Amino acid sequence: MFTLEKRPSPSQFWIWATPVLAVALTMLAGGGLFALLGKNPVDAIRTIFWDPLFGEFAFYLRGQLLVKAGPLILIAVGLSLGFRAGIWNIGAEGQYIMGAIFGAGVGLAMFPTESRWIFPVMIVAGAFGGWLWAMIPAILKTRFNTNEILVSLMLVYVAQTILSKAATGFLRNPEGMGFPGSRNFSSFPAARNTDLIAGSGMHWGVVAAFITVIAAYVLLQRHILGFQIKLAGQAPRAARFAGVAPTRLVVMCLGISGALAGLAGMFEVTGPAGQVTIDFASGYGFTAIIVAFLGRLNPLGILLAGLVMALTYVGGEMASTNLGLPSAAIQAFQGMLLFFLLAVDLLSNYRIRFLKGRAV
Amino acid sequence: MTTGTELLRIDGVTKAYPGVVANDNVSFAIQTGEVHALLGENGAGKSTLVKMIYGLVKPDSGTMRLHGQPYAPSQPSAARTAGVAMVFQHFSLFEALNVAENVALGMENPPPMRELAARIKSVSEEYGLPLDPARMVGDLSAGERQRVEIVRCLLQDPKLLIMDEPTSVLTPQEVDILFKTLRQLAAEGTAILYISHKLEEIRALCDEATILRRGKVVGTCTPRDVSAKEMAELMVGAVLTPPARAASRDWGDATPALEVTGLSAPSPIPFGTSLKDISFSVDRGEVLGIAGVAGNGQDELLLALSGELRGAAGMVKHKGAPIGDTGPNARRAMGFVAAPEDRLGHAAAPDMSLVENALLSGTIRKGLTRKGFINWGATKAWAAEIVAQYDVRTPGTWVAARALSGGNLQKFLMGRELSQAPEVVIINQPTWGVDAAAAAFIRQEILNRASDGAAVVVISQDLDDLLVVSDRFAALNEGRLTPPRPTKGLTVEEIGLMMGGAHGMEVAHNG
Amino acid sequence: MDLSSINPAVLIASLMVAAVPIMLAAIGELVVEKSGVLNLGVEGMMIIGAICGFITAVETGSPFLGFIGGAVGAAVLSLIFALLTQVLQANQVATGLALTLFGLGLSSLMGQGYVGIKPPATGMVPFGPLADIPVLGRVLFRHDPMVYISIGIIAAVWATLKFTRMGLIIRAVGESHDAAHALGYKVTRIRVLAILFGGAMAGLGGAYLSLIRVPQWTDGVTAGAGWIALAIVVFASWRPWRVLIGAYLFGGISVLQLNLQVANVPIPPEYLSMSPYVITIIVLVIMSSGRGRAALNAPAALGQNFHAAR
Repeated sequence: MFTLEKRPSPSQFWIWATPVLAVALTMLAGGGLFALLGKNPVDAIRTIFWDPLFGEFAFYLRGQLLVKAGPLILIAVGLSLGFRAGIWNIGAEGQYIMGAIFGAGVGLAMFPTESRWIFPVMIVAGAFGGWLWAMIPAILKTRFNTNEILVSLMLVYVAQTILSKAATGFLRNPEGMGFPGSRNFSSFPAARNTDLIAGSGMHWGVVAAFITVIAAYVLLQRHILGFQIKLAGQAPRAARFAGVAPTRLVVMCLGISGALAGLAGMFEVTGPAGQVTIDFASGYGFTAIIVAFLGRLNPLGILLAGLVMALTYVGGEMASTNLGLPSAAIQAFQGMLLFFLLAVDLLSNYRIRFLKGRAV
Repeated sequence: MTTGTELLRIDGVTKAYPGVVANDNVSFAIQTGEVHALLGENGAGKSTLVKMIYGLVKPDSGTMRLHGQPYAPSQPSAARTAGVAMVFQHFSLFEALNVAENVALGMENPPPMRELAARIKSVSEEYGLPLDPARMVGDLSAGERQRVEIVRCLLQDPKLLIMDEPTSVLTPQEVDILFKTLRQLAAEGTAILYISHKLEEIRALCDEATILRRGKVVGTCTPRDVSAKEMAELMVGAVLTPPARAASRDWGDATPALEVTGLSAPSPIPFGTSLKDISFSVDRGEVLGIAGVAGNGQDELLLALSGELRGAAGMVKHKGAPIGDTGPNARRAMGFVAAPEDRLGHAAAPDMSLVENALLSGTIRKGLTRKGFINWGATKAWAAEIVAQYDVRTPGTWVAARALSGGNLQKFLMGRELSQAPEVVIINQPTWGVDAAAAAFIRQEILNRASDGAAVVVISQDLDDLLVVSDRFAALNEGRLTPPRPTKGLTVEEIGLMMGGAHGMEVAHNG
Repeated sequence: MDLSSINPAVLIASLMVAAVPIMLAAIGELVVEKSGVLNLGVEGMMIIGAICGFITAVETGSPFLGFIGGAVGAAVLSLIFALLTQVLQANQVATGLALTLFGLGLSSLMGQGYVGIKPPATGMVPFGPLADIPVLGRVLFRHDPMVYISIGIIAAVWATLKFTRMGLIIRAVGESHDAAHALGYKVTRIRVLAILFGGAMAGLGGAYLSLIRVPQWTDGVTAGAGWIALAIVVFASWRPWRVLIGAYLFGGISVLQLNLQVANVPIPPEYLSMSPYVITIIVLVIMSSGRGRAALNAPAALGQNFHAAR
């Protein structure tokens, strides 16, 4: 048996060591899971975590890492601000979809005009779409005290039906011979989100993610708004005492996270995805929740966590093609990572004392 | 008082927590029918000791005997079965449940609800503590809540009744009624272990006293035979000087620094008390003391004055300017500072460092931000200054607020507010849970601020606080404020009546 | 458009079926929340229940064992939640989300070999001649046993919470864990048991989806039913019988929109299929804007972790 003893102050060492420990434990448990599926666990773990970085095809896969990490980081940084303030936007997937639809819609409306203003306008439209979708739970929460968790999540399902309507209806490619899916952005250079350096995977979305990480870091470390966000999450009554208006904070946090998710969707649809399709939404909005926690809700941590999570995606695909590991295994693997993270998190706030066991 | 047989004997009990020995080789005994005081300051180890008797905590070493038999309750239900009952100071009632349900939860084998309700009615009336079993506890006053706890204990025919600081939630008149009930119980043979740090009460009620200091028994006495001063010195371990106040002076202001007129506001707190038509004014250099039993609108009044609870502009005026609709930071800019009662969670963020907690309320008046960007250097320097000036015992300013002891944190928070050169000071419960030395220090600081020319409102449930610091005195009762009166010359009876008298309680009829 | 194809008796009968999964999951979550714990992992537990129930039923050929398997599977998953939040003091919101994300992944992994299989059929409860009463027989007496069992569970939870000591203790723990602890109740143990019950109920609901309501296994078969169950607990303001009303209301909407789609009503099918989610949001807004009452009935300690300090 053991007892938990609350530390007087959170341990700085464990705050940074817990994510590493969680990843290690997940590798162990994941290896067990893969073994159960009849795969060689060492091969599987190596394929997922080593090969994309240093294996035979690393030159290509490293770029893929950035492609996957970009939207994850962008969304997770936004979510982390809300999570810190105790505002739980878990509908980023919906905001991501709406950002893609708004961004792509504005772009496609101008097809085939060529102007260098088209892409910037699409960026604004994408952010606006995500922001708008996040404003629904924000306003319902501030006006009617409605739970933002449930509303933002319900709106994911609504966004998905709008997405399928877009792909089969109002955004469908008029020259697509009736097949669902919009015009492909690869045939629309002014609206395309291309690799800035060919083959690097470094597109505008990745750049935006890096900028966001820096901005969020400065906000949280140096700015009074960042302080208020942290305060509201840790001690809501103390925040009101400090003059923080809860309504403003809800609108701000949901707005930022919605706009960032919208941006991620817009960059994805015009770049890696290329077009609006029914199955465009691949779950980045949900995986970003894991990324936010794995990064300890700290922007720099999220940067690293986004890359680790991207590794599991890219490596997972490799393992799926090379070893026949089911792709669902990676999803379970990611969920497991969050479990371990939450479990070992206690080390930063509590000390574990083992009671002297009597010799039996 | 006839001395009965020995009921409970505590022998060499020790209990240590990491970093602190809560009880160090504590021994004493209680006879049947005796009212035994356990006297000590906050943090002296009284609570830990009674928790061991009630089975909530296990001693590291030492023995207890009940009726001469070894007694080691593994959990409260074992203690209850053995005839030990306890009235808690905090945390033992459920606001959203009714009286009967609350009583049932504290009993081992409660009868069916209908029968229980009938028994609650009869027992509560027998002891002069009338209660309606169907009422929601959240709607009861603090005194009525205590009755629920007492009745819950009485229904189990306790041999030993433990009372933890029972009078802190009562008016003086209610205290008299409680004492009558307790004497009646003692006469019937029930032993009572009475925990308090209020000396006069102990002298009025108790037969024997055991005095604890820093976990150790430092003395025993028969309270009626010794003076309060002797007991105080045993309890505190030092002679304390009462705070000094500067002679009052006229600041020559035409309008009062703070004026409240017809302040009414619904409570934002669940089961809270709404404020009803409150009016008072405070001049520069003056201290207004506001008394009242817990839960009569103290928290709400602080919120309304600090700006967390806004109302019509004209309800609160600063130097004649209406400010009732402004928020906390706007008021800080005008010179207001406020110190809420609840230190961890309201006045301070428990997991944040002292530096961050300094920033929490000092941003405006200390100019700690520029264009929204925080000047951490200045904030750190100020936090260190508070620590030095207010004698806060801490390893450093990077320590989380929750790591400080209650008294040290209170000194830090008082320092944070009082060192902002305030014009209007509002404090709720300045010395709650603080040891005597720190309390004296805090009272002195409040008086110093008043002599610097600040208008001060001190809300407190501790009459000692108010009688020492305030020039004028008022009391909150069910959200209403009595007209303030000069403190000098007020008697305890008058104060008690201002606080609401006995809240409809009947005097115990001996039967 | 042909609304005459919609038969009210069939509609009511099928809404009773459609309501069962969310009713079960919601009543389980109600008990969990009454004990002061917010488990947002209902969706994950439901889908694990769906796949465990499906596998058990297919492998054993017995729908009854299938339901047991679903309940056990989800309860095991909820045990992870209990361990993390009650023992290891993890944040309840985050852990609930983790449960859902993990459940969705694991279920899809477990269901690899079971796509496209038909589960063994669950029979109707034989009510004999009662089933032949016109209209009423179709509505009330031609259902599988789970329809009646789920209503029975609602009644049992209601009676337990209202009349028994166990119910009183559960409510007390959810109201103030500090007070309950001071009186000597084992807060953690009570909450863990409540979480297990919630898990088992969500599992039953999930198994009902894959065994009777759909009935087959597809990835993501719950499609947000777990989240709607959470919303229904709020809608019901933590009162058991209102869970029944909420589930029937929601079941009605989802059945009706399907019927309207079949009847070729001139509303795009996408908008019809999003209607249950939109209506859930509207209902949540109405319930929460009535401020105070619903909020006051929420357990006071909901979502707060308990750690016995001293």
